[in-house]
Amino acid sequence: MEKFTLLKSTAIPLATENIDTDQIIPARFLKATDKLGFGEQVFKDWRYFNDGNLNPNFVLNNPVFSGSILVAGDNFGCGSSREHAAWALMGYGFKVIISSFFADIFKGNSLNNGLLPIQVTPKYLKALLKEIEANPSSVLVVNLKEQQLLTAVGTSSFDIDPYKKTCLLNGYDDIDFLISKKDKITAFEAQLEY
Amino acid sequence: MKKTLFDKVWDSHVVDAIENGPQVLYIDKHLIHEVTSPQAFEELEKRGISVARPDKIVATADHNTPTINQHLPIKDANSRKQLEQLTQNCAKNKITLYGLGHKNNGIVHVIAPELGITQPGMTMVCGDSHTSTHGAFGSIAFGIGTSQVAQVFASQCLLLEKPKKMRVLVNGKLKKGVLPKDVILYIIAKLGTNSGTGYFCEYAGDVFENMSMEGRMTVCNMSIEMGARGGMISPDQKTFDYLKGKEFAPKGAELDKKISYWKSLATDKGAVFDKEHHIDASEIEPMITFGTNPGMGIKISENIPKTNERSFEKSLAYMNFKKGASLIDTPINYVFIGSCTNSRIEDFRVAANYVKGKQKADNVTAWLVPGSQNVAKQIAEEGLLQIFESAGFSLRQPGCSACLAMNDDKIPSGEYCVSTSNRNFEGRQGQGARTILASPLVAVATAVSGKIVDITKTLEPQVL
Repeated sequence: MEKFTLLKSTAIPLATENIDTDQIIPARFLKATDKLGFGEQVFKDWRYFNDGNLNPNFVLNNPVFSGSILVAGDNFGCGSSREHAAWALMGYGFKVIISSFFADIFKGNSLNNGLLPIQVTPKYLKALLKEIEANPSSVLVVNLKEQQLLTAVGTSSFDIDPYKKTCLLNGYDDIDFLISKKDKITAFEAQLEY
Repeated sequence: MKKTLFDKVWDSHVVDAIENGPQVLYIDKHLIHEVTSPQAFEELEKRGISVARPDKIVATADHNTPTINQHLPIKDANSRKQLEQLTQNCAKNKITLYGLGHKNNGIVHVIAPELGITQPGMTMVCGDSHTSTHGAFGSIAFGIGTSQVAQVFASQCLLLEKPKKMRVLVNGKLKKGVLPKDVILYIIAKLGTNSGTGYFCEYAGDVFENMSMEGRMTVCNMSIEMGARGGMISPDQKTFDYLKGKEFAPKGAELDKKISYWKSLATDKGAVFDKEHHIDASEIEPMITFGTNPGMGIKISENIPKTNERSFEKSLAYMNFKKGASLIDTPINYVFIGSCTNSRIEDFRVAANYVKGKQKADNVTAWLVPGSQNVAKQIAEEGLLQIFESAGFSLRQPGCSACLAMNDDKIPSGEYCVSTSNRNFEGRQGQGARTILASPLVAVATAVSGKIVDITKTLEPQVL
């Protein structure tokens, strides 16, 4: 996993609520046996019309907006457990997702891949979306070490599990950790009674 | 200290804990399928690690599989490749696989309970959010991502924060025509799609105590649709009776020993939950969804609410429904009875009971897709197949099918489908498809009428 420390970027505003992982990456693209190429399919049915033409009304197709931060509506990532959603967002170039609420499995999947979900208050999110829509060149700063998000609408501190923070800052992952616990796991298995 | 069912199962599986951080949770059963496992096997290979406990893993092919001509080679090259990869990975790692054509093949969340693999007090995971189904037995079962699939392969453990606990109590008597699917659709509509985020949910009260094991599976299956990691119900005599004689369930003295342990798992009187909801069973009526998430549901007799909110309006625009409108009499050309929510024998019994002596409407394409080979066999043995065929329905072969449309069973763009599956997301059943979630009874009544009907008005007394 890549290390995550500090990120300065403009952002893309996607104010829709309850964006499910079927929208982030539709099921028909889950037939791959590797993690590559999902970025091209991210939000496929919103980005393209059925005839294959680009939908100019979808924010990712608006040349005014760019950046590696996606600012999304409440309850982002609900639905299917498909990790392909995190791979697709990262494949497209996102490194941070900001919302007022994240679904559990999506949040876990993101952190396991080095994609940082930042939860802010509904009020802050609303102000931030308004700011980006009005000033697309507005730069956001994500400081993971200090757990701070600095934007034109103010500074917001965010929560992250201390263990996950260490993993992201150092580029470690859970497999490394779990394998290091092998002796304890074997001992646990030996006394299983339930 | 008084403990909940969730606490008892969770705490007995903690191997180790990080201070101020997650815990190492031991996993008893790991279920895998073709879609979310290949990258995990690849990860292990890349790191040169072998699968720690292949004996605790069971694999099936379900998401991609065709529902006709399963004996022929799969036409779609990518689907075929995923299934071949699963076969190779399982053979290489000595993992039991119930592939296409095997008598135990079927949807992962249908076969594990019917084979007795799912048991009370277990921790179970699968790279699929509807793993919560298995909580019907009093197990902690939840969906995981592919990185976590790899973690379980490597260590038989997961690194997790212990979720908070909520309880949904439904007491009283259910009305005529109200199925377990209506109960869970009502709960989600009432509480909202993110009401369970961060929580594990226990369902308690008369309604769940009186519910069959299959009904409990339908309820627990959709826990994820309110954001909960999983749902569970205390194991009781019904649970033990269901397991008795199942292929992989304990037998004889071993079963008696297990049952006495399973009995100890129920939530202690006075145990505290972080959140609790009380619902009166008589409030619940047959449900139907009108929008693009499972929380957007109404009683079939109600009208679509009038809300001025951007996401709500976007959702109605996709469905081509109007605020304040009723769905009764909406013409429907597609009906799907299947998915890990409603493809068990009881679902087909309810449907067949309604269909008997009636005919499918000409405008309707109805896909009846059993959850497993075993369910298909029961449908034939109990004479249900004959009832369906006389009414003009045809039965397909087991698989996930039009729940997520990864195979050929896709609803065409713009068409409505009354579906017993769990998700009405945009494009879920095919690009541009419009999904209306309902119980098997509402679905089959739609197939017969060719439009949505208020079954509470037409239900004959012998149906339920």
